[in-house]
Amino acid sequence: MVDAELRRPRASRFGRGEMTRFVPHTTVLTADDVARALKRMAHEIIERNSGLDDLVLIGLERGGVPIAQALGEALSSIENVDVEVGSVDASFHRDDISTTHILPEVTRIPFSVTDKHVVLCDDVLFTGRTVRAALDAVTDFGRPKTIQLAVVVDRGHRELPIRPDYIGKNLPTSRNESVRVSLDGVELGSREVLEQGTRESDQ
Amino acid sequence: MKDLLTIADLGADGIHEIMHAADSFAEVCQRPIPKVPALRGKTIASMFFEDSTRTRTSFETAAKRLSADVMNFSASSSSVNKGESLRDTVETIEAMGVDAIIVRHRSSGAPQQISRWANASVINAGDGWHAHPTQSLLDVYTIREEGRSFEGLRIAIVGDISHSRVARSNIEAFTLLGAEVTLVAPPTLLPPYVETLGAKVSHDIDTVLANTDVLYLLRMQNERMDQALVPSLGEYHRAFGLTPDRARKLADSALIMHPGPMNRGIEISPEVVDDPRVRVLNQVTNGVIVRMAVLYLVLSTAGADRSDA
Repeated sequence: MVDAELRRPRASRFGRGEMTRFVPHTTVLTADDVARALKRMAHEIIERNSGLDDLVLIGLERGGVPIAQALGEALSSIENVDVEVGSVDASFHRDDISTTHILPEVTRIPFSVTDKHVVLCDDVLFTGRTVRAALDAVTDFGRPKTIQLAVVVDRGHRELPIRPDYIGKNLPTSRNESVRVSLDGVELGSREVLEQGTRESDQ
Repeated sequence: MKDLLTIADLGADGIHEIMHAADSFAEVCQRPIPKVPALRGKTIASMFFEDSTRTRTSFETAAKRLSADVMNFSASSSSVNKGESLRDTVETIEAMGVDAIIVRHRSSGAPQQISRWANASVINAGDGWHAHPTQSLLDVYTIREEGRSFEGLRIAIVGDISHSRVARSNIEAFTLLGAEVTLVAPPTLLPPYVETLGAKVSHDIDTVLANTDVLYLLRMQNERMDQALVPSLGEYHRAFGLTPDRARKLADSALIMHPGPMNRGIEISPEVVDDPRVRVLNQVTNGVIVRMAVLYLVLSTAGADRSDA
């Protein structure tokens, strides 16, 4: 539905928060490491749920969406069945929407979640607030049998009683550090504040 | 951005951002429970100093789907039209603790004036002959939803251009996005500074139709008739109305739009209203979606910081 001309800028002029840029310091996992971790997590998901019956994946916008897709492919190749993959943007359920300069993405859950095992997928688990918001968002769509959580990196500092079921890597961090996760690898670094009016934002 | 007063304030980037956010709200509106807690705890005052059903209902529906509380202020149109009493009214409403004020007023510039007095966000729901930005945004969304690109899109706006805030905001929005806008009206219904609006002008709808991608009809306002700007409504219909004959000259892929309420038999023939190219009900549906995006973006940007993950 988005045509090229009207493709959105990611950062919003409506936001008042400051813009930051990720500066990498050390590589924690390589692309191969991430692929291996996802494969192991896929096996754990199959083991825990005794197969893939009634199992769906939902990635958290934005970082969790490619993770969910990769996990979905890993699951499908192991069990030779198709796994449905959706995405959810939890922005509208957050308790801290103020100053987000990030425009919401479209939630795509084109299947019923009722009586399904829903595996929420994200790149980094930090305070747990995004996951809490995503739980609210997903349960608005129906009543899953279970909701489980898969993350590539658990960096600690939880502020809510939320724990992951499947973890790629436990990565102890300090609060002022920043973690960047993609299928290309995991990097530990810091955030540097950009000048006001600069429109760059990578997460 | 604290207020939404005109399309020019937004610029092309601002329009794109609202369209992007609106896609998310279009999905929300299709959920079994079309409601999210995004603006829980926010209070929105709807202050309409001029009659309106669809804009008011559309804004209220949008606010409720975002879980905001809506406070309704009904102005008996005769008692509040002096500057000072408007200020008193606004300050009274704001003292009750509102986060946003949606204003419809028959005087051009009233929302600008209110935004100078109020700390709350002010959203223009139509002021005089000046601007109606959320109408333009829903019109842009409706055209975009069809997969049309605005670059070079040929849009004809037909009707009473001089007294239309919809026309003024739409000319701004469409030209900002790169469309070619043609205004079609008798000279009496064009404003004197028409050449400064960045649009072409025609007095003959029949020559325009074949080269039009979007035909945008304006409501012919009966209340203008006492000014003798057109000989009669029947005469206007014969010269500028969308009749079945004229509809046949439009391309199959063209869109027919109207901000409503439609005067059947004046700007559009009753037979044409059911034409498959008419997008009037899509415009209404999209009005709620786009207003959700506007309220969300304006109100979600004031307050504390958001953490990273």
